[in-house]
Amino acid sequence: MSNLDVKRTAKLFIGGAFPRSESGRTYEIFDKNKKFVANVALASRKDARDCVVAARSAFTKWSEATAYNRAQVMYRVSEIMQGRREQFIEELSYWTKSKKEAEKEVDEAINRMVWFAGWSDKLAMVTGSNNPVAGSFFNFSVPEPTGVVATIAPEKSPLLGLVETIASAIVSGNSVIVIASETQPLAAVSLAEVLATSDVPAGVVNILTGSYKEIAPWLASHQDVNALDLTGVDKKSIAQELENQAAINLKRVLRPNTKLDGLTRIKTFLETKTVWHPRGF
Amino acid sequence: MNVLKNDPLVLPPLLSDAANSESALKKFLNGLAGVDKVGVEERVAKLGTRSIKTTAKAEGIDLAIRMIDLTTLEGMDTKGKIKTLCAKARRPDPQDPNVPSVAAVCVYSDLVSIAKENLSGTTIKVAAVATGFPAGRVSLAAKLQDTSDAVSQGADEIDMVIDRGAFHEGRFLDIYDQIQSIKQVCKSAHLKVILETGELKTYDNVKKASWIAMLAGADFIKTSTGKVQPAATLPVTLVMLQAIRDFEMATHRRIGMKPAGGIKTTKDAMKYLVVLKETLGDKWMNPDMFRFGASSLLNDLLMQRQKMKNGAYSGPDYVTVD
Repeated sequence: MSNLDVKRTAKLFIGGAFPRSESGRTYEIFDKNKKFVANVALASRKDARDCVVAARSAFTKWSEATAYNRAQVMYRVSEIMQGRREQFIEELSYWTKSKKEAEKEVDEAINRMVWFAGWSDKLAMVTGSNNPVAGSFFNFSVPEPTGVVATIAPEKSPLLGLVETIASAIVSGNSVIVIASETQPLAAVSLAEVLATSDVPAGVVNILTGSYKEIAPWLASHQDVNALDLTGVDKKSIAQELENQAAINLKRVLRPNTKLDGLTRIKTFLETKTVWHPRGF
Repeated sequence: MNVLKNDPLVLPPLLSDAANSESALKKFLNGLAGVDKVGVEERVAKLGTRSIKTTAKAEGIDLAIRMIDLTTLEGMDTKGKIKTLCAKARRPDPQDPNVPSVAAVCVYSDLVSIAKENLSGTTIKVAAVATGFPAGRVSLAAKLQDTSDAVSQGADEIDMVIDRGAFHEGRFLDIYDQIQSIKQVCKSAHLKVILETGELKTYDNVKKASWIAMLAGADFIKTSTGKVQPAATLPVTLVMLQAIRDFEMATHRRIGMKPAGGIKTTKDAMKYLVVLKETLGDKWMNPDMFRFGASSLLNDLLMQRQKMKNGAYSGPDYVTVD
């Protein structure tokens, strides 16, 4: 008997489950030679809204997990990415000039996940402080996650860029909704499968495929989203419009083409909590 | 108001004999046509797909808000909690005075006077759960005492539980008699009879229990206490609504319906309203005849209402904490 050729359906990743788009829509993607590759779910605004609900309910537990635990979970993600290295390379090769280029992106993406994981239990030391005050008090400032982060991942760096946007948000305890590369979403679909099997609690990362131009405005204006990462927005006027929408509830915004050095990306999605503590007990 | 509500219950001959004796009641209940499980579930699944948008949705949301029995039934309820609940019942969205008040607040019987105090000057009713809620495992004397306590404190509505143990033992007449005794103690207060459908197990049982309650003089029948899973479901609600329809055809008396427990989203509420409208029609599409027993549903309705007004999705930071 010959083997069945079982094709994978590329679906969304919402609240730890893999649903089709609520709208039932899909779109076709093509490789660098304009050859058909796959049908991918085309997310709607309702899917985006479901993501926000999932991300919000996941936030409490993830943000209250210990930094050590979050680091372990993120390290586990990189372990499983390593196991799926060949699959990622194959999926990127549809669009990269050479296989070598794909290999390089996958390896870098895995390294980047580990790099961010390492920051989890060091952030408080670097971004927090023990403040001098003129009285008999202790005064601390400690970093806290900002909440639900909506992210538009870069179009042309479908794995490395995606990993970076996700990892920089979740490392401090945020939960994230990410709109993956529209034309090269296969690696994002695989990364969702990695996340689902690596102890990342359901809802901490939610991945949508489709057009950010359609979905992002709904996330930018959503009152239950706390920050907006515009890294993947390629048009200035759209970025401006999204930023205007984000202003309604004072979301933190990471603009496209921001010069990112060191911890800028992580720090964008942090709040600072300052505590006065009476001395003496 | 439904003028039929407070008239003495006069049943047509065939029904008035139904509860003459244990055997007569059993015979009557067993003579009811069985519920078609597959048909009921398919019917609600189909009605649930109906799309309610724009102006219809806006009206549905406001109607659902007006139908809510805003409920807190926790052992840890305090006077302060009842106060904030009443404030929310009067004006659900502090940012928007156009949001209607809810129908009633639903509390334990010892907190009725606190609720009454905080709702004075409004038309919002106070409902009290009584009769050894939620299990109902106390003596009839205690049940009557519990009820008359609530009534004397000014409760407008009494939510009683039936004895599910008696139901499963087949002592239908005991349930009937208990409901009648409670009804007498209620005086002018409306009586809602909780069937606790999650413990009745089958649709046929739900139908039988509905008929016992309606024959005994219930003003409302209610699905659940909210303390047992599953609580209210759409199919169970449809079965009860159909029983209400049959009862109206036989007696010309309109019984109200209250699904309670587990209805959390606007989408859920819209489905219930669709099933209600398709089963009983416009006469039941008001807070005198239909209620939602809920607490978190209200916030979801308010968020949807804000979304329709502002165009942007709202979040839990913009509604009050329960």
